[in-house]
Amino acid sequence: MSESTKNKSCVVIGASHAGVNFAFSLRKEGWEGTITLFDKDPEIPYHRPPLSKAYLTTDGSIEDNWLKSLESYTKNDIILRLGIAVSSINRESKHIVIEDGTVQGYDKLVIATGARPIIPSIPGIESAQNLFSLRTAANVESIREALNKSKQKRVVIIGGGYIGLEIAASLKKLNAQVTVLEREERILARVTAPEMSQFFENLHAENNVIICTKKNVTSITNKEQLNTVICADNSSYKADIIIVGVGIHVNQEIAKEAGLTIKNGIVVNASCQTNDPAIYAIGDCTFHHNPHYDRNLRLESVQNAVEQAKIAAAAICDKNPTYAVIPWFWSDQYDIKLQMVGLATGYNETLYRDEQTEEGYKFSIWYFKDETLLAVDAVNNAKAYVIGTKFIKEGKKIDKSKLISTIDFKPANLLLE
Amino acid sequence: MAKITFITSDNESTTLEATSGSVMQLAVDNGIAGIDGDCGGVCSCATCHVHVLPEHFKKIGEPSEIEKDMLELDDNVNEYSRLCCQIEVTNSIDGAVLRVAK
Ligand SMILES: Cc1cc2nc3c(=O)[nH]c(=O)nc-3n(C[C@H](O)[C@H](O)[C@H](O)COP(=O)(O)OP(=O)(O)OC[C@H]3O[C@@H](n4cnc5c(N)ncnc54)[C@H](O)[C@@H]3O)c2cc1C
Ligand code: FES
Repeated sequence: MSESTKNKSCVVIGASHAGVNFAFSLRKEGWEGTITLFDKDPEIPYHRPPLSKAYLTTDGSIEDNWLKSLESYTKNDIILRLGIAVSSINRESKHIVIEDGTVQGYDKLVIATGARPIIPSIPGIESAQNLFSLRTAANVESIREALNKSKQKRVVIIGGGYIGLEIAASLKKLNAQVTVLEREERILARVTAPEMSQFFENLHAENNVIICTKKNVTSITNKEQLNTVICADNSSYKADIIIVGVGIHVNQEIAKEAGLTIKNGIVVNASCQTNDPAIYAIGDCTFHHNPHYDRNLRLESVQNAVEQAKIAAAAICDKNPTYAVIPWFWSDQYDIKLQMVGLATGYNETLYRDEQTEEGYKFSIWYFKDETLLAVDAVNNAKAYVIGTKFIKEGKKIDKSKLISTIDFKPANLLLE
Repeated sequence: MAKITFITSDNESTTLEATSGSVMQLAVDNGIAGIDGDCGGVCSCATCHVHVLPEHFKKIGEPSEIEKDMLELDDNVNEYSRLCCQIEVTNSIDGAVLRVAK
């Protein structure tokens, strides 16, 4: 590093996947000054993906899902200030203001504020009882508690995206009667091909979860402890518990008020730096350029949070990292493991490859724009996932007829000659 | 109780003790360089790749099919590769030595 960082202070707003990984990477890169993480969530930072999956179905404690052990923060001299919300950033005097009015100065500031669930303004929603969204460990506690107390356990989930569907599968395991209401014509409409939506619809039906599409929720009423969810087509659903999973809002207000450039998230360059050179932003809250797909985008994934954390840490320590990732993501529902790599947007052809196994499902969907492979969705099929990753990364062309043949499934066998 | 030794890519060796949980969690909690565990241990990220010392491979055991598939195209895979989030800490793996893969 060109100048000593000994007397410098690095402040991080948000201590989750992005913020925590950043703090540890910054130490690893050789930062000698202080590192302070603020988060309004009082819990020791934990993994979010299990909240809708395994963690929801167990009565385990959140400690099993901590991102890092408590000792490792001490060992790396990382200060955790939990249960404290940051209310503003003052760029001129380089300090942040926390909720009780105290200020904390910084030399480098990292915004890792992520996102929060959207609570749609449906008439009557404020009067609904046992209505939850799921983003935090505390949300899981509330859902479990409400479910335990409920006799009939009728759950209506508004929104058929990954999180909604994962919650459906998990709550089914806890003996709930689950109905998912999706506004679009199919579940997962924005993120996957129709074949995959169909697969998940069938999967949930097999597991006795009711999935209703083209259901635009227009109001919610509550009478004698019971909610009724009413849709535009006049259908209605009784619900002891309602869970809303219709997407997120980026936590970008304090960045915006401080005059940082905002588009669909906080705008950052390839080193995760904002338009203020002393301020970086990482994770779900950023709007950034993906060089592989040459597109500006916002991603909601652990991988992106971790990668950007590493990039920002290296950049602050005067290394010259550049962000170059092929996005990947996973989802677990029942005994199905879905792994996705790449960005499917803009495809004009999909190919379906089935491994024809006796035990359960094992297939993959390959998204192409003409001859270019854009993305792969793999169901119980890690092999398809890694082969897809390799082809996307290397930009080599696939022989489509071989891809859907029964030829031994190896990269060398799939190359277009 | 099991003692497990990790050797990182710069040949630093650390021996840790544990009674339960996954080997990945043990490594992450103790800041073993090169074990990130980004997916939290669900065999989705391959950031917990280790090479088991050949003489210890038997007690650690073979990878599952999905684990094998995840590793198949990894540049550093060898016949002793495992994703250590899939290895549970038990008495029977006491004394195992694991080399963190690049
Ligand atoms: C239920 C669920 C399941 C998921 N499953 C997967 C999955 O399978 N795979 C995957 O890759 N991704 C999954 N995700 C997405 C993944 O969890 C996110 O991409 C990841 O958490 C992003 O990390 P982040 O640190 O950028 O933001 P967040 O995790 O949103 O963290 C931001 C933190 O900032 C804090 N904060 C915000 N504003 C302030 C403020 N003003 N002051 C103080 N603190 C503040 C918040 O309290 C929060 O802790 C899932 C998410 C959820 C909710
Ligand atoms: S921690 Fe992700 S594969 Fe092991």
